[in-house]
Amino acid sequence: MSITLSHFTAAVVFAFFASIVFGITQKNSPKEQFRYGLYCFAMFVGGVLVAGWLMWLIRR
Amino acid sequence: MAKPTAKKSEPAQPEYPLTTNAVVAPIVGWLIPGAGHLMLKRYVRGILLMVSVVAMFLIGLGMQGRIYKPNGGDILDILGFVGDVGAGALYFLARFMDWGSNLAATAAADYGKTFLIVAGLLNFIAAADAHHIALGKKP
Repeated sequence: MSITLSHFTAAVVFAFFASIVFGITQKNSPKEQFRYGLYCFAMFVGGVLVAGWLMWLIRR
Repeated sequence: MAKPTAKKSEPAQPEYPLTTNAVVAPIVGWLIPGAGHLMLKRYVRGILLMVSVVAMFLIGLGMQGRIYKPNGGDILDILGFVGDVGAGALYFLARFMDWGSNLAATAAADYGKTFLIVAGLLNFIAAADAHHIALGKKP
Protein backbone atom coordinates (compact mmCIF):
# COMPACT_ATOMS: atom_id res chain seq x y z
CA MET A 1 0.00 0.00 0.00
CA SER A 2 1.43 3.32 -0.99
CA ILE A 3 -0.17 6.70 -0.37
CA THR A 4 0.97 9.84 -2.11
CA LEU A 5 -0.35 13.09 -0.71
CA SER A 6 0.59 16.63 -1.63
CA HIS A 7 2.04 18.79 1.11
CA PHE A 8 -1.23 20.69 1.54
CA THR A 9 -3.42 17.57 1.55
CA ALA A 10 -1.13 15.92 4.09
CA ALA A 11 -1.37 19.02 6.29
CA VAL A 12 -5.19 19.09 6.07
CA VAL A 13 -5.49 15.36 6.85
CA PHE A 14 -3.07 15.78 9.75
CA ALA A 15 -5.06 18.79 11.03
CA PHE A 16 -8.35 16.89 10.76
CA PHE A 17 -7.33 13.90 12.87
CA ALA A 18 -5.22 15.87 15.36
CA SER A 19 -8.14 18.29 15.90
CA ILE A 20 -10.51 15.42 16.68
CA VAL A 21 -8.16 14.12 19.38
CA PHE A 22 -7.49 17.60 20.78
CA GLY A 23 -11.21 18.40 20.89
CA ILE A 24 -12.12 15.18 22.70
CA THR A 25 -9.27 15.26 25.19
CA GLN A 26 -9.10 18.94 26.08
CA LYS A 27 -12.77 19.80 26.70
CA ASN A 28 -15.56 18.28 28.74
CA SER A 29 -18.94 18.64 27.04
CA PRO A 30 -19.64 17.44 23.48
CA LYS A 31 -20.49 20.99 22.37
CA GLU A 32 -17.22 22.36 23.75
CA GLN A 33 -15.32 19.47 22.22
CA PHE A 34 -16.82 20.12 18.78
CA ARG A 35 -16.11 23.85 18.97
CA TYR A 36 -12.55 23.32 20.19
CA GLY A 37 -11.94 20.74 17.48
CA LEU A 38 -13.13 23.21 14.84
CA TYR A 39 -10.94 25.92 16.38
CA CYS A 40 -7.87 23.67 16.31
CA PHE A 41 -8.58 22.67 12.70
CA ALA A 42 -8.94 26.32 11.68
CA MET A 43 -5.69 27.20 13.47
CA PHE A 44 -3.81 24.30 11.86
CA VAL A 45 -5.01 25.08 8.34
CA GLY A 46 -4.77 28.84 8.88
CA GLY A 47 -1.20 28.37 10.11
CA VAL A 48 -0.35 26.37 7.00
CA LEU A 49 -1.77 29.09 4.73
CA VAL A 50 0.00 31.90 6.61
CA ALA A 51 3.30 29.99 6.60
CA GLY A 52 2.84 29.28 2.88
CA TRP A 53 2.29 32.93 2.02
CA LEU A 54 5.25 33.95 4.22
CA MET A 55 7.50 31.54 2.36
CA TRP A 56 6.19 32.88 -0.94
CA LEU A 57 7.08 36.43 0.18
CA ILE A 58 10.53 35.40 1.36
CA ARG A 59 11.18 33.66 -1.94
CA ARG A 60 10.41 36.82 -3.98
CA MET B 1 -3.73 32.43 77.28
CA ALA B 2 -3.82 28.92 76.04
CA LYS B 3 -2.22 28.22 72.71
CA PRO B 4 -4.62 27.00 70.07
CA THR B 5 -4.07 23.31 69.62
CA ALA B 6 -4.19 21.66 66.28
CA LYS B 7 -7.24 19.48 65.90
CA LYS B 8 -6.56 15.85 65.40
CA SER B 9 -7.77 15.33 61.89
CA GLU B 10 -8.33 12.17 59.99
CA PRO B 11 -5.85 11.38 57.25
CA ALA B 12 -6.82 13.43 54.23
CA GLN B 13 -8.64 11.44 51.61
CA PRO B 14 -7.50 12.10 48.06
CA GLU B 15 -10.05 14.09 46.11
CA TYR B 16 -9.91 11.57 43.29
CA PRO B 17 -9.07 8.16 44.73
CA LEU B 18 -7.09 5.82 42.50
CA THR B 19 -9.28 3.01 41.26
CA THR B 20 -8.53 -0.12 39.27
CA ASN B 21 -10.14 1.44 36.22
CA ALA B 22 -7.92 4.49 36.56
CA VAL B 23 -4.89 2.22 36.16
CA VAL B 24 -6.25 -0.26 33.63
CA ALA B 25 -8.05 2.17 31.28
CA PRO B 26 -4.95 4.16 30.23
CA ILE B 27 -2.94 0.96 29.71
CA VAL B 28 -5.70 -0.56 27.57
CA GLY B 29 -6.08 2.78 25.78
CA TRP B 30 -2.35 2.86 25.04
CA LEU B 31 -2.30 -0.71 23.73
CA ILE B 32 -5.46 -0.32 21.63
CA PRO B 33 -6.15 3.32 20.71
CA GLY B 34 -9.58 4.41 21.97
CA ALA B 35 -10.19 1.18 23.92
CA GLY B 36 -9.67 2.94 27.25
CA HIS B 37 -12.63 5.19 26.49
CA LEU B 38 -14.70 2.27 25.21
CA MET B 39 -13.97 0.42 28.44
CA LEU B 40 -15.30 3.41 30.38
CA LYS B 41 -18.46 3.42 28.23
CA ARG B 42 -17.51 6.60 26.34
CA TYR B 43 -18.33 4.89 23.06
CA VAL B 44 -18.47 7.86 20.68
CA ARG B 45 -15.25 9.36 22.01
CA GLY B 46 -13.55 5.98 21.96
CA ILE B 47 -14.49 5.26 18.36
CA LEU B 48 -13.46 8.75 17.21
CA LEU B 49 -10.10 8.43 18.98
CA MET B 50 -9.56 4.95 17.58
CA VAL B 51 -10.37 6.05 14.02
CA SER B 52 -8.16 9.13 14.29
CA VAL B 53 -5.08 7.43 15.74
CA VAL B 54 -5.33 4.30 13.58
CA ALA B 55 -5.94 6.38 10.44
CA MET B 56 -2.93 8.59 11.14
CA PHE B 57 -0.76 5.55 11.79
CA LEU B 58 -1.91 3.77 8.61
CA ILE B 59 -1.49 6.89 6.49
CA GLY B 60 2.02 7.25 7.93
CA LEU B 61 2.80 3.67 6.96
CA GLY B 62 1.24 4.21 3.53
CA MET B 63 3.55 7.18 3.00
CA GLN B 64 6.50 4.87 3.72
CA GLY B 65 7.21 6.57 7.03
CA ARG B 66 10.05 5.31 9.18
CA ILE B 67 9.39 3.10 12.19
CA TYR B 68 11.94 3.92 14.85
CA LYS B 69 13.67 1.27 16.93
CA PRO B 70 14.62 1.70 20.60
CA ASN B 71 18.34 1.29 19.95
CA GLY B 72 18.71 3.82 17.16
CA GLY B 73 21.89 5.22 18.69
CA ASP B 74 20.93 8.84 18.10
CA ILE B 75 19.03 10.91 20.68
CA LEU B 76 16.58 12.05 18.00
CA ASP B 77 15.99 8.41 17.06
CA ILE B 78 15.16 7.66 20.69
CA LEU B 79 12.65 10.53 20.71
CA GLY B 80 11.18 9.18 17.49
CA PHE B 81 10.87 5.78 19.15
CA VAL B 82 9.07 7.32 22.15
CA GLY B 83 6.57 8.91 19.76
CA ASP B 84 6.11 5.75 17.71
CA VAL B 85 5.66 3.44 20.69
CA GLY B 86 2.75 5.61 21.85
CA ALA B 87 0.64 3.86 19.22
CA GLY B 88 0.82 0.71 21.37
CA ALA B 89 -0.09 -2.53 19.62
CA LEU B 90 0.04 -0.81 16.22
CA TYR B 91 3.74 -0.08 16.75
CA PHE B 92 4.54 -3.64 17.83
CA LEU B 93 2.54 -5.01 14.89
CA ALA B 94 4.42 -2.74 12.50
CA ARG B 95 7.75 -3.88 13.94
CA PHE B 96 6.70 -7.53 13.83
CA MET B 97 5.47 -7.30 10.24
CA ASP B 98 8.43 -5.13 9.24
CA TRP B 99 6.18 -2.37 7.89
CA GLY B 100 7.40 1.13 7.14
CA SER B 101 10.79 2.02 5.80
CA ASN B 102 14.11 2.37 7.55
CA LEU B 103 15.05 5.71 6.05
CA ALA B 104 13.02 8.80 5.19
CA ALA B 105 14.29 8.92 1.62
CA THR B 106 11.57 11.15 0.14
CA ALA B 107 9.54 14.14 1.27
CA ALA B 108 6.42 11.93 1.47
CA ALA B 109 8.29 9.47 3.70
CA ASP B 110 9.30 12.37 5.93
CA TYR B 111 5.63 13.37 6.28
CA GLY B 112 4.81 9.70 6.91
CA LYS B 113 7.33 9.57 9.73
CA THR B 114 5.65 12.63 11.27
CA PHE B 115 2.22 11.02 10.98
CA LEU B 116 3.51 7.90 12.76
CA ILE B 117 5.12 9.83 15.60
CA VAL B 118 2.15 12.16 16.10
CA ALA B 119 -0.30 9.23 16.05
CA GLY B 120 1.62 7.79 18.99
CA LEU B 121 1.79 11.10 20.85
CA LEU B 122 -1.94 11.69 20.37
CA ASN B 123 -2.58 8.22 21.72
CA PHE B 124 -0.61 9.11 24.85
CA ILE B 125 -2.92 12.13 25.32
CA ALA B 126 -5.96 9.90 24.77
CA ALA B 127 -4.67 7.41 27.37
CA ALA B 128 -4.17 10.25 29.88
CA ASP B 129 -7.72 11.41 29.13
CA ALA B 130 -9.04 7.90 29.87
CA HIS B 131 -7.17 8.05 33.19
CA HIS B 132 -8.85 11.37 34.07
CA ILE B 133 -12.29 10.03 33.15
CA ALA B 134 -11.75 6.92 35.29
CA LEU B 135 -10.65 9.10 38.22
CA GLY B 136 -13.78 11.22 37.87
CA LYS B 137 -11.91 14.42 37.04
CA LYS B 138 -13.66 14.58 33.69
CA PRO B 139 -17.22 13.58 32.74
